[in-house]
Amino acid sequence: MEPSEMTVMKKQSVFHRVWALLQKYMGPIFVSLILLVGHWSFGIMEDIWTVLIAVGAAVAVDLVFGRLYFGKWKNASSGYITGNSVAILIRSTFVWPYALTSAISILSKYVFRYKGRHLWNPSNFGISWMLLTSPSYVAGLSVQWGNNLWPMLIIWVLGIVIVHRAKKLHVTAVYVISFVAFALIRSQITEDPFLAEVAPLTGPMYQLFIFFMITDPPTNVRSKKGQMLVAFLVALMEFVLRLNQLVYAPFYALAIVGPVAKFIDLKMSREK
Amino acid sequence: MNHKPSVLARIVTIIVFVSMLAIPLLLELEAEALPERPANNEAARKKSLDLFGFYLEDIAGQSGVDFVHHPPKLDARLDHILPSIASMGASVSVVDFDNDGWNDFYLTTSRQGEQNALYKNMRDGTFKNVAGELGVGDVNKKGTGVSMGSVWADINNDGWEDLFVYKWGKQELFINHEGKSFEHISEKAGFPEWINANAAIWFDYNNDGFVDLFIGGYYKEDINLWRLKNTLIMPESFEYAENGGRNYLLENRGDGTFLDVTFDRGLNSTKWTLAIGAVDLNDDGWQDLFIANDYSVDELYLNLDGKKFEEIGKETRIGYAPKSGMNVSMGDVRNDGRLSIYVSNITEMGILLQGNNFWQPMKNEQKLQYKNIAGSMGVELGGWSWSAQFGDLNNDGYQDLYLANGYISAAKNNSYWYDYSKVTGGNKTIISDALNWPAMEGRSQSGYQHNKVWLNSDGATFADVTDYVSNLPPYDSRAVAMADLWNRGVLDVIVSNQNQPVAILKNIQADDNNWISFKLEGTASNRSAIGAKVTLVWDGKSQTQVVTGGIGYCSQNQRALHFGIGKSTTIDKVIINWPVGEKEQVLPAMEINRLHKIKEEDGTV
Repeated sequence: MEPSEMTVMKKQSVFHRVWALLQKYMGPIFVSLILLVGHWSFGIMEDIWTVLIAVGAAVAVDLVFGRLYFGKWKNASSGYITGNSVAILIRSTFVWPYALTSAISILSKYVFRYKGRHLWNPSNFGISWMLLTSPSYVAGLSVQWGNNLWPMLIIWVLGIVIVHRAKKLHVTAVYVISFVAFALIRSQITEDPFLAEVAPLTGPMYQLFIFFMITDPPTNVRSKKGQMLVAFLVALMEFVLRLNQLVYAPFYALAIVGPVAKFIDLKMSREK
Repeated sequence: MNHKPSVLARIVTIIVFVSMLAIPLLLELEAEALPERPANNEAARKKSLDLFGFYLEDIAGQSGVDFVHHPPKLDARLDHILPSIASMGASVSVVDFDNDGWNDFYLTTSRQGEQNALYKNMRDGTFKNVAGELGVGDVNKKGTGVSMGSVWADINNDGWEDLFVYKWGKQELFINHEGKSFEHISEKAGFPEWINANAAIWFDYNNDGFVDLFIGGYYKEDINLWRLKNTLIMPESFEYAENGGRNYLLENRGDGTFLDVTFDRGLNSTKWTLAIGAVDLNDDGWQDLFIANDYSVDELYLNLDGKKFEEIGKETRIGYAPKSGMNVSMGDVRNDGRLSIYVSNITEMGILLQGNNFWQPMKNEQKLQYKNIAGSMGVELGGWSWSAQFGDLNNDGYQDLYLANGYISAAKNNSYWYDYSKVTGGNKTIISDALNWPAMEGRSQSGYQHNKVWLNSDGATFADVTDYVSNLPPYDSRAVAMADLWNRGVLDVIVSNQNQPVAILKNIQADDNNWISFKLEGTASNRSAIGAKVTLVWDGKSQTQVVTGGIGYCSQNQRALHFGIGKSTTIDKVIINWPVGEKEQVLPAMEINRLHKIKEEDGTV
């Protein structure tokens, strides 16, 4: 083999290894990217300590209880994603809710288990619990990141790429179509403008939910049809909750539908 | 994973998990267990005096002040969200317009055809509305827009305070003729044809001895809210909106005319301005501008020798996190000569926790920097907050804080918040069109909120004493002004309420603290002495205050600076930095428990 061919092969090998690493850590990298771009362009994190605390708490709790549960040190990327999601999606004038939400999110993975799998999307459970029980201390990020087109487009493009690679684009698609259809029905019922009903979907914050929370692989059901059905049911539940004027309807809807669907799916797998 | 967790591991995990789940529930129970407001009775009053040295009592009715603010009626296409659009305009500005030594005040209403009021102090505990006879009331005529606020200053240095009324519409300027009549000179002044203004202050930006006018635009100036060309009038974003009205820096030529120098001086912002504060923040002798913006970040403009303004919001750290910027007020709360800046925002439990900002200047000689310490100072959570004013309410030597709260009080237990959060999260093509906003249908939004009275605890933190010192009902308060209304040596509080009666809060004191006040008169500087900085030194302490030409949301305090000095019976000295001139003026000890009038040229008292 000529030296030049060897160099090319080495280069290809390095490239493949980097690409493999990128693919493996696509989730953490993407979440970090959102956070950094959001912070540098819009200053979404008033205090960077809240991010460090949320991530630190999630990683630490995951490591400790992973060791306790499974007898080995876990990869920190799961805790890292959960911590970042918490930091992005909740708001508090205190620091402790960031740590507590992260810790509750991670622990829910260990407590709510069935057949060795956790039932709730961790950050979805933690955030929903805190929003429900602690309104004096915690609010959701219902408005954030501006309302301009380009952040929305960036998240849409990146989100579609990531979700497509994870083979979960159908979940997002069914949810979005269902949401729009239910928005139309809601506008008929409430007599509010259709665009007002569909507005949340156009906000960048909301897109984090449709790309990265409802498509979470560990808490999805197995079959493609089942996943699409669950996405529709989440949208349906959200429709009901929105008619009851719950600001955090999407989080609650997923927290209600997701684990039930996962439980049924796991139960059916044993029966089969 | 094949490793099966032990029973012990499961039990430990569940215990830890359940404990963590319980934390927010327990904290929420504790938060709900706050004491009820005490009954308005003699025992409660005595307790307030014993504990805090004062209480505030609304005596508007007894004092002859029956003014009620009313919101405007606008283009019919805005009817479905009118309470939100027309949610501003209740203002108050304090002035001694007739130089009789007693504070008077001007109130605005915002309904076309209704008259504003100038309440003259009758020196017997009552006030009389003289706006009609003096010709300063009828400024809400059809086709000219409606009032949003007012600010007073002696614009021609003749010794009489003149009146500027800022409006959604045509701006109004009145020259004061010795307190006996007012001359309307808006046309001559050369103001822009139409501004949708929600803030204005007087300050001498170029130190030429004449106060200039800075007006903050809210809606774009080409929008006539009574005759809309289209409904694309709303902010394009809840947090990064740049489609508000432009601001105006109008240079006073000294002859009753003004020159628009806004863009020449680098003030190009089109954010939605709600409040402005002008103070020399870096001690270079030039007054800087702090601008609080709705739907965006706040701005800090450094005044470069009166020639240019440089925006340094991000460098100073105040310009990062976008909130709702409703108020700017400044106070030396630690008695260290450094002015903290208080910006109010929106807090709605469980929905929007912006928190108010308390910007404490950092001890950095090289550059101006601030840190938000509202949480540790205990003044972070108000409500849907508006004007706030610093002032020593119990004369103990530390500046306290009064904060106005409340947005729209309509149907109880029926909130607009869900619909509001739904649409404000949307893309700008949706949010910026008023027709896309769901109808309010008589619902409340952050209504029925109480104002806050925060007592300064030795400069270290503030204590919420609202429930003990105030029996004011939960109005939709907007503007707050502090003034000694009856020359008793205490700061009373006037609160203007949206679509509701004004409140005159008489400050009842325990009478055991001392005080001293100063009213300055500029000679080389502008005659109102706006921009002058006074530092009082007493008993090993010092406190700095600044004469302003309007401060807070749509508010103006009394012109005189009031210092409480606690139990001290003497003061050591008074240091005055006038806007014009470089030398500071040091005056020796003076008699306490009285107002001193000080002239710039020789420091005569």
